[in-house]
Amino acid sequence: MSYEAHFRVWRGDAEGGELRDYQVEVNDGEVVLDIIHRLQATQAGDLAVRWNCKAGKCGSCSAEVNGRPRLMCMTRMSVFTPEETVTVTPMRTFPVVRDLVTDVSFNYDKARQVPAFVPPKGVAAGEYRMRQVDVERSQEFRKCIECFLCQDTCHVVRDHEENKTSFAGPRFLMRIAELDMHPLDAAAEVGLTRSSSAQEDHGLGYCNITKCCTEVCPEHIKITDNALIPLKERAVDRKYDPLVWLGNKIRRRDA
Amino acid sequence: MATGTTPTPSATPTARRGVLTPGRAAISARHLRTDRWWLPPLVTALGLAAFIGYSTWRAFANSHYYAAPYVSPFYSPCLATNCADMKGGADWALFGDWWGLSPALLVLIFPLGFRLTCYYYRKAYYRGFWASPPACAVAEPHAKYTGETRLPLILQNVHRYFFYLALPVAGILTYDAVLGFRDEHGRWGHMGLGTLVLLVNITLIWAYTLSCHSCRHIMGGKLRHFSAHPVRYRLWGWVGVLNGRHMLLAWSSLISVGLADLYIYLVSSGAFDDPRFF
Repeated sequence: MSYEAHFRVWRGDAEGGELRDYQVEVNDGEVVLDIIHRLQATQAGDLAVRWNCKAGKCGSCSAEVNGRPRLMCMTRMSVFTPEETVTVTPMRTFPVVRDLVTDVSFNYDKARQVPAFVPPKGVAAGEYRMRQVDVERSQEFRKCIECFLCQDTCHVVRDHEENKTSFAGPRFLMRIAELDMHPLDAAAEVGLTRSSSAQEDHGLGYCNITKCCTEVCPEHIKITDNALIPLKERAVDRKYDPLVWLGNKIRRRDA
Repeated sequence: MATGTTPTPSATPTARRGVLTPGRAAISARHLRTDRWWLPPLVTALGLAAFIGYSTWRAFANSHYYAAPYVSPFYSPCLATNCADMKGGADWALFGDWWGLSPALLVLIFPLGFRLTCYYYRKAYYRGFWASPPACAVAEPHAKYTGETRLPLILQNVHRYFFYLALPVAGILTYDAVLGFRDEHGRWGHMGLGTLVLLVNITLIWAYTLSCHSCRHIMGGKLRHFSAHPVRYRLWGWVGVLNGRHMLLAWSSLISVGLADLYIYLVSSGAFDDPRFF
């Protein structure tokens, strides 16, 4: 089945822009990115859109469809009725470059601020041995395709530009959780307590666990339940729980 | 530029905040969602408000909370001397006779603190009551946001202590449910609809309590090497299964505790007799 859909697509740049109306053909089985490509091919040859794999694995075509952060390539047109107007805008948390393309360098800055994996002493690269049961928690977080939809939807920075300096966002707090749960990470041996650092340096306390990051994740990573809340609990161990603090002091060991 | 015309940050028009910040896509609407995004926070707020209203009335009422052999979960354990005689129930007058208000107030502080600092309820009331945010990608109305970085919300970090306190409370409510197998004269071998109500309630309360994120962390989440702690790993896995249903358990146990109290109120006030199974 084919029909003519009504699309509104944001066109403009950092100086300004507007939502423009288009009537465009939609066919069975298509996704929003197909329609954007058809617009490029037939009506708006200069429409800027970032995309790559069209398979939900590269994380390039992040945008907002009817106000919801989505991957355009993973948003089926069948979820809309033929009468429905489909509005496509760039992600509204990051500076716009042009049309549907945003400048996501905020995320790269935050990525650089997270201290990397600290190799354990006495074990050369290639000699790491870990049990599957010890690494499977972190492996969930490795599914992240860095589409930055979680960063886009998080109200801490979406609604408060001033918090961008002090808040790393769910993607990079999840990265800290991943490293803190890594069985071979030797950060503690070099004096880095990742959970405390998450609280003090990366703004973990700004997160009020309203779960929007989990809702929009196209990889269905349980960011809040499996990364952010465990990281908060680990920070509580270090900063707010005198019993755990005392126990660690007495036993002087890291479980 | 003339003196005094330079805009200061504090004078920045509110319309230029958040998604309207210069440099972002210039879209005047604060959100473009077309679904009924307002429904979940509205239902959440109404549900919580209904429970707060009901439980406040019942907590201050100080009456109709005992219908032998059943005691309302709002009034157990009883820690003051001004309680009804509970015939072997959790009636410990630790606070003596100086306490003149409803004894429920001495007990409800623990489950209240547990639920108030619960990770699920935090999400629920931040969205439902404080609109922070009202829904995903819907702009919140607040000019400033510091989250849980400072007082009072930094106190949410005490959640695990309320979890510790919730355990004995759940234990006492279990004891109350077991006492439901005695009749009004204290003889064992009885079961009524009230017994069933208390059993369902305590099952849901235990499930909610054990599905807590702090419990999951304490059981094993804090470990880095599950392989060295197989028992705790298994406990962590079990709690994780419950934890996946934390929202469902939070609501079902909230409703069940309210209904258990209502049932005992109705039996105690003589609205109907407790149907007896044996």
